[in-house]
Amino acid sequence: MEKSLVTPTRKELFAGFFAIGLSGFGGVLPLAHRKLVQDRRWLDDAQFSELLGLGQILPGPNILNMSVAIGSRFHGVAGALLAVAGLMLAPMVIVLALAAMYEHYRQLPYVQGALHGLASAAAGLLAAMCLRLAWKMERHWQCLTLALMMFVAVGVLRWPMLPVLLLLAPVSLWLARGRLKGEGAW
Amino acid sequence: MVILLLLGMFSLFSLMAVGGAVTLIAEMHHFVVESHGWMSSAEFASLFAIAQAAPGPNVLVVSLIGWKVAGLAGAMAATVGMCGPSSVLSYHVARLWLRLHDSHWRRAIERALAPLTIGLVAGSAWLMSGAANEGRPTGWLLCALVTALAWRTSIHPLWLLAAGALAGVAGWV
Repeated sequence: MEKSLVTPTRKELFAGFFAIGLSGFGGVLPLAHRKLVQDRRWLDDAQFSELLGLGQILPGPNILNMSVAIGSRFHGVAGALLAVAGLMLAPMVIVLALAAMYEHYRQLPYVQGALHGLASAAAGLLAAMCLRLAWKMERHWQCLTLALMMFVAVGVLRWPMLPVLLLLAPVSLWLARGRLKGEGAW
Repeated sequence: MVILLLLGMFSLFSLMAVGGAVTLIAEMHHFVVESHGWMSSAEFASLFAIAQAAPGPNVLVVSLIGWKVAGLAGAMAATVGMCGPSSVLSYHVARLWLRLHDSHWRRAIERALAPLTIGLVAGSAWLMSGAANEGRPTGWLLCALVTALAWRTSIHPLWLLAAGALAGVAGWV
């Protein structure tokens, strides 16, 4: 089902990302795919996964990086700003309103209880995300070792992340290059 | 002063956040709870939970941290700091990246970053479970249950959060 792609106007760009920001619970990526590729047809599947790959490699929130890349692709700097503003505006207002409500009512026992339950569940979601990612990871002892080292250094020993990252990233890149060479893909 | 500190610190975080904002949870916890004592570990876990329960990108936990430390100005400073530098970077890199299409380096970078990201998310998950469930055995139980369900089934995360909140209201956790 090859349908022609659509170039959004600036207004549509803002409105599109506004809708994505508002409707995504617990992460907006799956939703972004449906809206951008299937519903609005601003991108095809290949372009989406390419931009997602970029969003994942660059530092910063993936969806934000994607918004910048998509916005700028259609309307330059203005497009990037509109996409980001659309994405962040409504969720930020909502989350701050929720936090203000929590601050106001936090003494109530059932609000405290709800927050305890919510926090435990949220931590569980994070752990599940980690398991899903780990399951999809390349099955190689090098990857496992690197992931474990990162986990122990930052999670268990609580070392500051920047030096650990600066040390492990080049090592990991060098090893990845070696694996690609081993596969004859370099 | 605090505003500038938030802006500066989160700008730095922004450029360190390989694999998204969740990978930074441990680092942010370190910064706001352990180094500066701006909030307790449990309060940090609550803010994370609120951000998860609200619509929108996960990065909003940053706005909440800023808000908790210095009100609305703090929220703006933390959010702009967290989103600014990485956005500028991706604006400039996007074109270059699409041209690299099938280069070796691109594949090598992708495969090099994946294990590091996973290690960071694991660290964040470890830290958040500790902060959210400390001293509450039933909290650990709920946490493990949600982990298993979210991992092995396709139940929408929002239902799991709602169930967690209800269990909390009922006084089970």
